[in-house]
Amino acid sequence: MPTTLGDVVSPDRPIDAIAALQDPLRRQLYEFVAAQGREVSRNEAAASVRIQRTLAAFHLDKLVEAGLLEVSYRRLNDREGPGAGRPAKLYRRARAEHSFSLPPRSYALAAGFLAEVVERVGADRPLQSTARDAGRAIGRAATGQSLTEVLRAQGYEPYEEGGQLRLRNCPFHQLAERFPPLVCGMNLALCQGLLEEFEGPEGRGASAWAPELGTEARRGECCVVFLSKNKKY
Amino acid sequence: MADGRFHLAQLNIARVVAPLDSPQLADFVALLDPINALAEKSPGFVWRYTSPGRNDATGDRSLGDDQVPNLSVWESLESLREFAYRSRHLDVMRRRREWFRPHAGSYMVLWWIPIGHTPTVAEAMERLAELDQSGPGPRAFTFHRPFDPAGNPIEQRTAASAQPSI
Repeated sequence: MPTTLGDVVSPDRPIDAIAALQDPLRRQLYEFVAAQGREVSRNEAAASVRIQRTLAAFHLDKLVEAGLLEVSYRRLNDREGPGAGRPAKLYRRARAEHSFSLPPRSYALAAGFLAEVVERVGADRPLQSTARDAGRAIGRAATGQSLTEVLRAQGYEPYEEGGQLRLRNCPFHQLAERFPPLVCGMNLALCQGLLEEFEGPEGRGASAWAPELGTEARRGECCVVFLSKNKKY
Repeated sequence: MADGRFHLAQLNIARVVAPLDSPQLADFVALLDPINALAEKSPGFVWRYTSPGRNDATGDRSLGDDQVPNLSVWESLESLREFAYRSRHLDVMRRRREWFRPHAGSYMVLWWIPIGHTPTVAEAMERLAELDQSGPGPRAFTFHRPFDPAGNPIEQRTAASAQPSI
């Protein structure tokens, strides 16, 4: 957990990161790479936004400079040794977090203190109850939106795969790493509350999805996974 | 990070809110066998402590009637972490307050043991006491402030750093 504001990233970096996203094309490229949840080649990225490869490379490298993407090199074919060709340059979303607030705010710092105390006194259940109520309010307010849209608005980056609704991003990541049962329990309660009040095509609270904790969690993703009530596990 | 000469030992203790055979603890007791089976199937699992004649540690009264020790050995920090916090075990932990009191002081400790060594509850409690007295160090540490077998603190992935520690 950050102990001071300055620990998170150097003061100028978040501004650079945000400035780098001002260009709409660059922003589209960033969002494409981030949404894949894996390494992406320049060619793939270029194809996704229908631009030339050299232009894609230019923007992708600007995103790397701004600390929003990371680069790795890997051979995409099976060849080895001299003559096998250069390894491909691959991009993925950077792990660094960029936060920016004016006037300066340290909510993460305060959250760390509060979580530590809640953990120490064992107030998991009041926390879950509070989160569940908040989830219900979110669900109720989400008129006319799909479940995916609501989850996306909360920062979860939802995607469907293999009959499950997965969340690529945990909005509480650092807190969850530090206090997993407490914060992941809170997160699950939030999702449960949301589904209780969310009105989808099947009716209010009748979603075909049921959120579960840790069951099918994928590395690097949120440990809440929505399982289909219809499928047997 | 798996080390060729050492395994990771883990102890956590917990005080139950009611006797193990009470209705309040029923769900927990029912989950013991499935979760222990899950642990044994998990990558990196090496060993877990069971009291004689049982499949779990609930027969152990060395820490008092209301305190159950959970003692296990894993190949690495990562493999234990994956099981503890990214499997069905996490869902059980989410419910911990139904069954266990919050603990003053440390309730979980990690330490490195030579491969092939079987830790005892008494030994584990000594490590927990060290953690309580001196805070995390090479002989007794936590997930939050871990050390490697050579005694070096393991750099945590911070928000500013893009490179994960292996």
